[in-house]
Amino acid sequence: MKYFIKKLTEKFIEGALFLSSTVTTLTIILIVFFLFREGFSLFKHSPVEDGFVIAVNKGNPVDKITGPQIMDIFDQEITNWEKVGGANDSIILFRIDNISDYYTEAQLGDSFQYVPQLISRLIDSIPGMVAFIPATYAVDGFKGRVIELPNVSMKKFFTEKEWYPTAQPAAQMGVLALIMGTLWVSLGAILLALPLGLATAIYMAEIANEKTRRVLKPLIELLAGIPSVVYGFFGLVIIVPLIQKVFELPVGETGLAGSIILAIMALPTIITISEDALRTTPRAMKEASLALGANKWQTISRVTVPYAASGISAAAILGMGRAIGETMAVLMVTGNAAVMPHTLLEPVRTIPATIAAELGEATQGGLHFKALFALGCILFIITMVVNLTVEYISSKRKLTKR
Amino acid sequence: MDWPKKSERNKNLKQIIAFTSFKLLSYAVVMILFLILAQIVFKGFSVISWEFLTAMPEDGMTKGGIFPAIVGTFYLVLGSMIFAFPIGVLSAIYINEYTKDSFYKRFIKLMTNSLAGIPSIVFGLFGMTLFVNTLGFGDSILAGSLTLGLLTLPVVIRTTEEALKSVDDSFRHGGYALGATKLQTIRRVVLPIAFPNIITGLILSIGRVSGETAPILFTVAAYFLPKLPSGIFDQVMALPYHLYVISTSGTNVAESQPIAYGTALVLIMIVLLVNIAANTLRRYLGKKVKMN
Repeated sequence: MKYFIKKLTEKFIEGALFLSSTVTTLTIILIVFFLFREGFSLFKHSPVEDGFVIAVNKGNPVDKITGPQIMDIFDQEITNWEKVGGANDSIILFRIDNISDYYTEAQLGDSFQYVPQLISRLIDSIPGMVAFIPATYAVDGFKGRVIELPNVSMKKFFTEKEWYPTAQPAAQMGVLALIMGTLWVSLGAILLALPLGLATAIYMAEIANEKTRRVLKPLIELLAGIPSVVYGFFGLVIIVPLIQKVFELPVGETGLAGSIILAIMALPTIITISEDALRTTPRAMKEASLALGANKWQTISRVTVPYAASGISAAAILGMGRAIGETMAVLMVTGNAAVMPHTLLEPVRTIPATIAAELGEATQGGLHFKALFALGCILFIITMVVNLTVEYISSKRKLTKR
Repeated sequence: MDWPKKSERNKNLKQIIAFTSFKLLSYAVVMILFLILAQIVFKGFSVISWEFLTAMPEDGMTKGGIFPAIVGTFYLVLGSMIFAFPIGVLSAIYINEYTKDSFYKRFIKLMTNSLAGIPSIVFGLFGMTLFVNTLGFGDSILAGSLTLGLLTLPVVIRTTEEALKSVDDSFRHGGYALGATKLQTIRRVVLPIAFPNIITGLILSIGRVSGETAPILFTVAAYFLPKLPSGIFDQVMALPYHLYVISTSGTNVAESQPIAYGTALVLIMIVLLVNIAANTLRRYLGKKVKMN
């Protein structure tokens, strides 16, 4: 009996151990589920905010208007129905605020109870009118016609540059500028960090003596331990003013500031992984090179580094991945202008910074909220690709080593 | 016999140039670190006082202290560790002691590495949908702690795994030879030997958790909340978020800059202490185990 209980306890504990080991996998599955469920529902949604509709006169032949067209109409860039496939008639805009242009306060009623009927009548009486009104007005007995806008398309999401997720009446969801901003800043960071990091890794792995190494190693670890928000703060008080002064810019919050901060933050990753890779070079190979009369530098540059090349590239890719996903430091120093970057000396906005800056203002489950989750999906996919690439490279390295 | 000498000289000259420049570049990296530390330590040091650490923020966060943020960060660290440490250690024990070089082991490793690579802001989004909305915890210490716990889980798993791996198999065989079961061997032999390194991992992940901002933005952090939490369903202020707020969007960014330096210094001090503690512990406990 005692033996049985003991056996049972062991089995029970083993079960607990196994369950714990599944937590990481479960988390990833849950992340994918929640992120993509919310993100993908964006593409089943029209660009008009929930609870509002676009309505026109019943006699209006136009039945298809795209999101950008409706924006142009409400910005008065398009003023004639002919341009969107209708009759030659000028467009008359109507927003709910315009109601006082047509009716007096007495007509609207004490608690504005007549507003829906009045709007309905108004749309019926003016053929060229297009109205952006709450959906509750366009129910039974509504004399206008509601136009359904085509859903937000995935193709446009990735290819358009305008990011105005809260624009009325139709949101503009183009993430190209954000993606480009992210890539620019991260690429700049890697270009700065790779030479510096590689040099340090080579110095630590091959040149420095053991004593120097023992001092350098914990310092590099410390660099990795500093919170990103502290890097952001440092960037804000030191690097941003410096860039503004050196390049004589109106604002110092630029892509370059982001790249510099990200480069510093990526250094520990690059140094540690490159150093490990350099150390895997077999001693016999280095000694063979030295025996052939090559000096230390020739051995490093022609034997050690080429041998570790795949590990070094893994370090660069991983550093890039970290840079792409970094949020707070970038949010604080890049200026966050959602426009297509042309040089690194302009304010740019990255995907993580957009999520961090805008999620607080977005209504739960609304269009903007979904769009930010779609951005999260993009980020998730990019980092997954980065991880799997690094994993692939390192597994290949292990195979060739055998 | 003139040319070999010349190429020899050339070769050595190249080596000297390369080595010197690598040395200088390495020192440049260290200089960057010292520059950041010096800037924050010098400007922050004059701000820090007993009052700064124990008083509530005042006047739109331009005066007063950062006490609620320190308390908030403490609770978040504690909460996330209560969650992540047991699961991480158990998970690492299973991976290292129970699975052979199987498909499952590789799969779990891949998943752990992938989880470690997911950006912290994505954890924030995830924590917001799962803990805050779906499970209905609201913006709370519980939701924030769980989110941070998941974020740091891979760190705990990895360091524990490394610690277990460094235990020589002869110890395990010794346990078995004395008639102990696998579990007894793990509990009485393997874990005590690996303990210092496991604790080191725990301490390092405390450093990581206390500095994370993005995951707590939408799960727990309060912009300004001059009172202490009364339960795990309360919102709290947190040091990293506080630093972000007062250096970018506070009521008066210029006036609250000294407070920002002070907060940054407190954060840096936590990281420094954590690193020093981890290194000392590793050395001290490591020696003790070896003597046994």
